[in-house]
Amino acid sequence: MSDIVKTLHYDVDPKDFDSVGEASGKTKNVLRQLGFPPEVLRRVAIAMYEGEINMVIHANGGTADVEISPKQIKITLKDNGPGIPDIEKAMQKGYSTASEEARSLGFGAGMGLFNMDTYADELNITTKIGVGTTVEMIIRT
Amino acid sequence: MKVKQVIQILDSKIITGEEFIENDVFSACGSDLMSDVLAFVKDQGMLLTGLVNPQVIRTAEMMDIHTIVFVRGKQPDDSVKEMAKERDMVILTTDYPLYVACGKLYEAGLSGGRPTL
Repeated sequence: MSDIVKTLHYDVDPKDFDSVGEASGKTKNVLRQLGFPPEVLRRVAIAMYEGEINMVIHANGGTADVEISPKQIKITLKDNGPGIPDIEKAMQKGYSTASEEARSLGFGAGMGLFNMDTYADELNITTKIGVGTTVEMIIRT
Repeated sequence: MKVKQVIQILDSKIITGEEFIENDVFSACGSDLMSDVLAFVKDQGMLLTGLVNPQVIRTAEMMDIHTIVFVRGKQPDDSVKEMAKERDMVILTTDYPLYVACGKLYEAGLSGGRPTL
């Protein structure tokens, strides 16, 4: 879309689990300042936060880019992780390959991709084994 | 229900956010699984959990949850307290386990809320 009003870029640090969610929190604040309604803020924040968590749990971190326009928010999450062998299975509620560490922190319950699919209007996943995964989400305002 | 009533019902200690005890809490949810909290968006306002780490604050931030109760006597560390303060959140602790804490609040009229998305 040509009417992009703002773009944001974040690096998602793979080693610091405490900082996961920073990009989503900051994005939420920017959208709030731009005057988007609370429902849109929540949907963007939740979908992006789940994506950030996935990047740290399953890949070695990555990048998060956000394109904000009046009609839609586009989030692109890119990692150089192991890739997703079976997307259909990964999308299933409750299916997870997360580590014990991720589980002990309250994640890895197999809800991440399911939640992203629920809150985003569009979810496109491109993945290649051994190369990485790109997740694109569009949330319409 | 007001935050100060929650404090009374749960024999809670207030860790941060004393200035918000007159705020209203419309509904609540209880879970140790942050992904489950993220799965059900409601106008909840309060989260009860036995999990004490920064991701609880992050989850609350994404969900517009303003009050967090740490159950089973769990104590947040300074970094968690600081994060909550920066976000104008209330943190309470209670010695009750999750089930009992939720039950007491439910009995007192605080509902689980309705999905809003």
